[in-house]
Amino acid sequence: MKKFLISWILALSSSVVMASGGGETLEPSGADLNDKASLQRGAKLFVNYCMGCHSLKYMRYSRVATDLNLSEEEVQLWLNFTGAKFGEPMVSAMKPEDAATWVGALPPDLSLTARVRPGGADWIFTYLKSFYVDPARPLGWNNKLFPNASMPNPLWELQGVQVAEMGKDANGQPMVEHLQMSSPGTLSAEEYDRVARDLSNFLEYAAEPAALKRQAIGAYVVLFLAFLTFMAWMLKSEYWRDVK
Amino acid sequence: MIGFVSRQIDNAYGWFNERAPGATAWWNRHAGQYYAPKNFNFWYYFGSLAMLVFVNQILTGIWLTMNYKPTAAEAFDSVEYIMRDVEWGWLIRYMHSTGASLFFVVVYLHMFRGLIYGSYKKPRELIWTLGVVIFLVLMAEAFLGYVLPWGQMSYWGAQVITSLFGAIPVVGEPLVEFIRGDYLISDATLNRFFALHVIALPFVLAGLIYMHLMALHEVGSNNPDGVEIKKVKGTDGKPKDGIPFHPYYTVKDLFGASFFIMVAAFIIFFGPTMGGWFLEHDNFTAANPMVTPAHIKPVWYFTPYYAMLRAVPDKLLGVIIMGAATLIFFALPWLDRSEVKSIRYRGPITKIMISLFVVSFLVLGWLGTRSGAEAWEKPLAFWLTIFYFAFFFTMPIWSKIDKTKKVPDRVTFEH
Repeated sequence: MKKFLISWILALSSSVVMASGGGETLEPSGADLNDKASLQRGAKLFVNYCMGCHSLKYMRYSRVATDLNLSEEEVQLWLNFTGAKFGEPMVSAMKPEDAATWVGALPPDLSLTARVRPGGADWIFTYLKSFYVDPARPLGWNNKLFPNASMPNPLWELQGVQVAEMGKDANGQPMVEHLQMSSPGTLSAEEYDRVARDLSNFLEYAAEPAALKRQAIGAYVVLFLAFLTFMAWMLKSEYWRDVK
Repeated sequence: MIGFVSRQIDNAYGWFNERAPGATAWWNRHAGQYYAPKNFNFWYYFGSLAMLVFVNQILTGIWLTMNYKPTAAEAFDSVEYIMRDVEWGWLIRYMHSTGASLFFVVVYLHMFRGLIYGSYKKPRELIWTLGVVIFLVLMAEAFLGYVLPWGQMSYWGAQVITSLFGAIPVVGEPLVEFIRGDYLISDATLNRFFALHVIALPFVLAGLIYMHLMALHEVGSNNPDGVEIKKVKGTDGKPKDGIPFHPYYTVKDLFGASFFIMVAAFIIFFGPTMGGWFLEHDNFTAANPMVTPAHIKPVWYFTPYYAMLRAVPDKLLGVIIMGAATLIFFALPWLDRSEVKSIRYRGPITKIMISLFVVSFLVLGWLGTRSGAEAWEKPLAFWLTIFYFAFFFTMPIWSKIDKTKKVPDRVTFEH
């Protein structure tokens, strides 16, 4: 019986590893939902650099306040620039009808991006570091992780401007070999990594705010059930003593 | 004081018994005096666990319907509302979604148990065939439920699966329209799938599970030795190798259930999406009829059959193969011509064939999760499908010629 249980647990855990692989390699973001300071910085970065175009339509300001240990005043002063009520969701001020004329298409809502993209925070982290200048694109930017993304690099002042060194793939098609910094931004590479990490972390949180609670109480639930299992085993052994 | 309380309980029991004398008899027939073989092993947990998951799905399902909105405009948002704004909504939703996958884990293992110990053989053909009906209804129920969150994979999965009916000659296209209630998957489809998922099929499942259990209690449980315990009875008329289901197996299943819930809780609290296997990445994007996902695939529990469908170039033939692959389980009791039930007393051919069958099923499942772009995938799926059917069609031969050992009169039981 032990063998079955062990093989089952192994099968379950290996399936997780298998599912997360594939395609472009992602850089580990080091995002940590328990790092409240990082989540707060991420929220601030999001409203300043992303929310001009992107919404978090499932994320209420009030929920952000509760989960990130912020007061209503702090949130309304530092995070809410659209005049929305405290209990309302974080919706961009850009109107959908304007988006079409201004940037060509409606920028996607980012509430669930960390759940849609395999790799979650790591995907966003890598994406934010993969922009490069490409004059062939309408807005002059391209992305190594997400080729032909229509989005320009919103953080270029911080990160600086990267250019691509092109190579050829197995079929002889041109492909981006790696990215090189052509003109540095206001932040060092380490500082920019922190910006990308904080943003990824915040979007990971926004995709599933319940994750904080889930992980916080999960250990107690499993421990209780382990105890219950032990008690049930003792009870079973006691009853089965007279089965000969 | 204690005497007073116990007198009151006795009185209440007597009052109830006078008015429903059959209740105690019913309890004894199905639990208190239901004699089950004492040598059940690990594989015998999965029947009770399947019941447990069924109850979980019903209860969490009821609570989900309290906030879910079965309309194309609101469904996706209402699921996120449950995940974020409903008190403990995330837990209820994860219990339901994890339960769906674990339902198939336990049901597949439960069926595998039947396969290796010959639990479908005479006199248990009826239990087995009822079980296969449960399996088919469960697949329908899981498919319908998968559509409800109205994500991209819900929508396009529904599009693909319903279009399969279009392969049927003559009535195909009108039938697809009839099922969808529209020319494509739409609000009307979601509405009727909701009705079927929360009322019709759970109702049918509950009835089938009851019949499955009643059929079992009529003839008694098989066991890992495939010995009929009713053949050797003591002076009291009870099977010598049998023990009352209650309390012996109720406490044993309590242990199994606790352990299982612990594993389930681990998934629910620490990896509810199972890295994209239980809740798929693409299904966190709302359904969009204008954008076809690059790679439409069903959830893991359907992938063996999906791989078979894709392995056959002709659509109609593929649908027939896929249907036949599930329906063929009905024939199992009559395909097996062996003298003995359990794999313990069968020869090497049975062991090799069952092992290869498991391998082919698992590899087909793995192939069904892949895009099918590699050149070797289709031929591999094709030959594994051939083997899948060969396993059944040649069973009358190999089960008959395979050497068997003498089955003992009594079960083997180590304490």
